Amino acid sequence: MNRYFTKDHEWIDVDDDNGTVGITDYAQGQLGDITFVELPEAAQELKQGDTACVVDSVKAASDVYAPVSGPVGEINAALEDEPELVNSDAEGAGWLYRIAIANSSELEALMDKAAYDAFVGGL
Amino acid sequence: MGRRRSNRPGISQANGPRQSIAILWKVFRRVGGAAEGVNPQFRAMREIGSKLSGFRDRGGTWNGVPCCAGAVILSEDKQTELTGDADDVPIGPETLPLDSWHREQGGRMVDFAGYWMPVQYEGIIAEHLWTRENAGLFDVSHMGQLVISGDGAAEALETLLPGDISALKPGRVRYSLLLDENGGILDDLMVTATGSGYYVVVNGAVKWDDIAHLREYLPDHITINHLQDDALLALQGPKAVGVLERLEIAPEIDGFAQVGELKFMQAGPYVWNGVRLGISRTGYTGEDGFEISVPAQSALILAGALAQDDAVKPVGLGARDSLRLEAGLPLYGHDLTPEADPVSAGLAFAISRSRRAEGGFPGAERILGLLANGTPQSRVGLVLEGRMAAREGAQITNGDEQVGIVTSGGFSPSLEQPVAMAWLETRLSEPGTKLQISVRSKRLDATVTALPFLPHRYHR
Repeated sequence: MNRYFTKDHEWIDVDDDNGTVGITDYAQGQLGDITFVELPEAAQELKQGDTACVVDSVKAASDVYAPVSGPVGEINAALEDEPELVNSDAEGAGWLYRIAIANSSELEALMDKAAYDAFVGGL
Repeated sequence: MGRRRSNRPGISQANGPRQSIAILWKVFRRVGGAAEGVNPQFRAMREIGSKLSGFRDRGGTWNGVPCCAGAVILSEDKQTELTGDADDVPIGPETLPLDSWHREQGGRMVDFAGYWMPVQYEGIIAEHLWTRENAGLFDVSHMGQLVISGDGAAEALETLLPGDISALKPGRVRYSLLLDENGGILDDLMVTATGSGYYVVVNGAVKWDDIAHLREYLPDHITINHLQDDALLALQGPKAVGVLERLEIAPEIDGFAQVGELKFMQAGPYVWNGVRLGISRTGYTGEDGFEISVPAQSALILAGALAQDDAVKPVGLGARDSLRLEAGLPLYGHDLTPEADPVSAGLAFAISRSRRAEGGFPGAERILGLLANGTPQSRVGLVLEGRMAAREGAQITNGDEQVGIVTSGGFSPSLEQPVAMAWLETRLSEPGTKLQISVRSKRLDATVTALPFLPHRYHR
């Protein structure tokens, strides 16, 4: 399984054609206390770069973009009651939704962990 | 991932610590145009400050008693006398006296009202709840601290404010409003009578406009001193009084109230470690608390001494906003604008009884008419169902009809649900009225609620 990152601070774990998407630990730290996550609808068709979710913190709402195109699969229902999971474990239990990757070539534009860490380090 | 807000989606992308927090702050302060094109009467002004007061008499007399002679060590900080035509509006973010202290405390600094200010330290919710239970230390040095003095200063101020300033006794603080000729709100402010003049604290983001307005409309012999070299701290929360008592602050005048004996909306001159402080029992959180005006060169040592107390943690602007929202206190530039009049804004208490009888303040005719006949719109509170928050600019509907707009909104850390302040058609403003708020593609159920959302706990 490979993990890729976007410049917009999303991550996606890829297992064949199945992806799991979340926001990075860096991103949750920037957002602060997360109070609500508006998740996509199951089976919703996303295009790479579409707004897939909205993450509400105490003071602001932030878009989470789709790192790749495809239909939404399972969503992380635990976030309904515990949106703070995105703060406490952004790159684990705080995952947002799964997606069936329609076009794996879209992954080529994304970063690996080393590249993302370097990207964040340069911010 | 990118920042957005309800009325201006995809504002930008989060792409760096300073930059992305600056973007967060843009969302936070909801820069202007929030409701533009929606309903002009609700149009928000650009920028905001926040509201506070403090007090500091610069020499002269206190309650008629000379208070600058004797053993008191006077601060050397200068006063900027605004009598010339210098165009001294600063450009770009400036640093305030406690800048390095905030950074050492882990504060995330953002450009706010033209200054680098801490938006948060450990997190907005933690800081918010800490203030409700203990004592939060806020730096609000961006606010404008003015001293207005001269023969007939009270009467002169009364031509611009609807408050009964001449009746304000030394040591008393009053909330008032700077009004334009139509009775629209130019700013909200705190006035303290010092005995020799009036100490006025205005919002940071509009302080230069306020000063220009005062200079234009006050008679030439009235002096406006802008205390630019003074910092302003707020210590808020149920443990604030104990913290100040432990600091051994003495009244500057023998026989004057000890700091812990001040009541809500009282103020006086105090001395701590040889430093003169203006202290008022006021705030912007709904809690008991104090605001402390201190010379800039002593601000660091005072902040350090306060923060050393186990009951105190520094609190940023983020929690300041959520605290004041729960307390139902309006934020200028958002809940209040020049399009808002005091009656619709629910601030008729700031129009003193004698002024209602006599008039003579800007827009008096219109405002007295609104007092007598009611207003088509009102500032109200709303509690939302669910956890999704409504932000400034979100439209309020009753069925298919637009009936209002959110002017401040967010998640309430104390109530653990989203709340909002809004301008709403008065006919629907009865608490308990069920309405809907549009947020992105959703329509959220909301209930009109009396303000404040959380009871005030002032020391009266």
